[in-house]
Amino acid sequence: MSQDIVNLEVNGVAVQGRKGQMIIHVTDAANVYVPRFCYHEKLSIAANCRMCLVEVEKAPKPLPACATPISEGMKIYTKSPKAIGAQKATMEFLLINHPLDCPICDQGGECELQDLAMGFGRDAARYEETKRVVKDKNLGPLVSTDMTRCIHCTRCVRFTAEIAGLQELGTLGRGEQTQIGTFIEHSVDHEMSGNIIDLCPVGALNSKPFRYQGRSWEMVQQPIVSPHDAVGTNLNAHVRRGKLMRVVPRANEAVNETWIADRDRFSYEGVYADDRLETPLIRRNGELVPTTWEVALEAAALALKDGVASFGPDRIGVLSLPSATSEEAWLLARLARGLGIRNIDHRLRQLDTRDQASDAALPGLGLSLAELEALDGLLIVGSDLRQEAPVLAHRVRKAALYNKAQVAFVNPAEFEYLFPVASYRATPAIRMIAELASIGRAIAEASGQALAPVLAGAGVPTDGQVAAARALASGSRRLLLLGGLAERHPAFADLRAVAGAVATAAGATLGYLPGGANAAGAALAGLLPHREAGGKAVAQPGLAAGAMLAAGLDAYVLFGGVEPAQDSVFGDAAETALAKARFVLALTPYAPASVRRHAHVVLPIGTFAETSGSFVNLEGRWQSFSAVARPLGDCRPGWKVLRVLGNLLDLAGFDYESSEQVRAEFVAALGALAGKAADTAYRGQWQLQGPVPGRLTSLPIYQSDPIVRRAPALQQTRTASRPAVAY
Amino acid sequence: MSAATPTSAATTALSEYTRHEIDAWIAKFPAGKQRSASLAALRAAQHQNNGFLTTELMDAVAAYLALPPIQVYEVAAFYSMFETKPVGRIHVSVCTNISCMLCGSDGIVDHIQKKLGIKIGESTPDGKFYLKREEECLAACNNAPMMMIDHVYYEHLTPEKVDQVIDSLK
Repeated sequence: MSQDIVNLEVNGVAVQGRKGQMIIHVTDAANVYVPRFCYHEKLSIAANCRMCLVEVEKAPKPLPACATPISEGMKIYTKSPKAIGAQKATMEFLLINHPLDCPICDQGGECELQDLAMGFGRDAARYEETKRVVKDKNLGPLVSTDMTRCIHCTRCVRFTAEIAGLQELGTLGRGEQTQIGTFIEHSVDHEMSGNIIDLCPVGALNSKPFRYQGRSWEMVQQPIVSPHDAVGTNLNAHVRRGKLMRVVPRANEAVNETWIADRDRFSYEGVYADDRLETPLIRRNGELVPTTWEVALEAAALALKDGVASFGPDRIGVLSLPSATSEEAWLLARLARGLGIRNIDHRLRQLDTRDQASDAALPGLGLSLAELEALDGLLIVGSDLRQEAPVLAHRVRKAALYNKAQVAFVNPAEFEYLFPVASYRATPAIRMIAELASIGRAIAEASGQALAPVLAGAGVPTDGQVAAARALASGSRRLLLLGGLAERHPAFADLRAVAGAVATAAGATLGYLPGGANAAGAALAGLLPHREAGGKAVAQPGLAAGAMLAAGLDAYVLFGGVEPAQDSVFGDAAETALAKARFVLALTPYAPASVRRHAHVVLPIGTFAETSGSFVNLEGRWQSFSAVARPLGDCRPGWKVLRVLGNLLDLAGFDYESSEQVRAEFVAALGALAGKAADTAYRGQWQLQGPVPGRLTSLPIYQSDPIVRRAPALQQTRTASRPAVAY
Repeated sequence: MSAATPTSAATTALSEYTRHEIDAWIAKFPAGKQRSASLAALRAAQHQNNGFLTTELMDAVAAYLALPPIQVYEVAAFYSMFETKPVGRIHVSVCTNISCMLCGSDGIVDHIQKKLGIKIGESTPDGKFYLKREEECLAACNNAPMMMIDHVYYEHLTPEKVDQVIDSLK
């Protein structure tokens, strides 16, 4: 590789680069700043802003650093009079048509044009003619436009074409008539479209919900982690005087690169929804009335103690959202087990838990997110990937486009994918198992293996199934991914047993895409009827979520804002069970009608922004964050409420002083599982038994959790208007 | 991502002749590079529609070439020979660049405006003539002033010659 090294000089300092790199790659690596608007390291090179002009020895004119390849012995001057002169001239041209409306522009204070105008602009304009005015475009409820401010860097156009994979914006007209737009009015609908707000170096594209809500310098930026999907997208919260004002991406190459989904970006509006609960509630004479923490906690503890004593712990069920933090999950599981309760679950959307003994201790990909991009063969079973985890879908897209990974799907419907698909097998939900089995048979036959017992009944593979088999068996790095639709499938046990056999036959990793932000953390914490912390099997398993609700227990504890109709697949059973229960304790940030109907004591807890904690993502990566926003009203972080409840219930070891202490105790209890490596291989011996009652239904992206459902801008999108479908 | 297979929507909006024309252009480029045929496809579609493009036609071209519609709109919006709003059938373009201007193109434009009773950028009410807003240099400076009507050059213009040409057009 030594012949690929290029020696050159930047501002008199010797540096090295690789053949094929552009000047800006070398100057960035050497920490020499070159101003730029259109260049972005994640996008193709356009070289249309001309802001990065630099002087190169022997070149007659300044050259654009972003589009000039380096060569041996090149001498680059980024701050010479010629370079600075060229940059200043470019700046003057850019400002000719840019309005001087910084005082009313949301980008003011965080604007690349503003910053560079400080560095390279003249003190006064020489241009006296009229400036052009461009009509604003309506791009939908998420992105606001002020197109007169546009400098035509085309970052947004390149984002929609290259990253989103669906070009929705274009450069229309030419010369002074050039405009960025959609030509015919329609919204930008891609699930990651909000990223064009960050990419826009000026105030042309901004956040519509945040419009005129605050100035960048009034806010404090603090790191948080997305509570919506198992990717664990890194975010920065912008907080003004204790209130979460907006959310922007935090770059983490290993997790989300620089992109976040619209769900991560705009869900913050749901934190301050109208039905946020600010005080504890207690049921008196059939009515829920506000009360104090002391009264509510005493009442909750007393009712639980009484319940354990009178109807016994097996008549109590504990249900949590999979978006509870690891600390909350750990404390909730400890609290329940401390009382002798065995009916504990966070799998509210899983119909079929018959083969739960074979679950991976840490439900996850079995790979790192970065390794996804290096895959050669990928079979995705039961996943509307773009709706379930948009950032993960982007990684898969990169694998398909840049690593030429062969990607095949087995799904209950045709979903849109914006990359080449080797074989797409759309089949009725109940046929998915037979479909997958035939793919397994094709793999076994192609490689001369004996059929695994679970594949014995597999039909003769069709051409499409053989194509899917060939896709999965490509190259050396392979993954069979079970998505959210697989997890919610009424015959998940069958599907997974077959998937396990197919993965083994293909030499592929078996991975899961668990629903919710912290299903991995909840599983590790033992928020399960059959597992204690660290995946240790329980001698006598309790009831899973569905069975708990079907059984009509005497008492239920709902954690994290569970709304049974939306957050579980057992809506009707849940409604009946909760209505009949003698005692329902809800720990929730919200007080929707379902909580008001059934709960006897309601304890207000903070949302992800108001509590410290950790999420474990689908790689097994632990990501901790601090509370960034002031808890609304009297609400308290969930872990603190559980800690006090533990004390009131006279449980030992509930004397934590910080969530870090809780985390340390949890991690210590996990031993080897606290590391990142997750073994997700299937080792069960399941015999096919057909489905349990229930139907496989879609989970629309903006219905996934209570916070998202309360975010008005997301609910106004075209995506949100598509109803759930039963397959 | 769909392959380059035309959909039924595309086949109905584009005439058989137009599709034939586009196919010939697609064949000139390597497989998978059918985007290169956008210009020719739009020209054929505009011709089919008597001189201007509609959104339906551009969508049809996009579908036929398996491109996102916006990429076709971009091409149509960029080139001055494509009209994306309804205009007259016969496109009259008078060169008003420096050589033609020095040789009196302004007077020619005035004459045509009076004769057709329309301003530059407008079409006659009968939908016959369209006087294009601006034509860049058509490389006929030696015979200035000049105009181009539906790709045919008319040079050494005088008001009389303009009358003669326009009156002869059907």
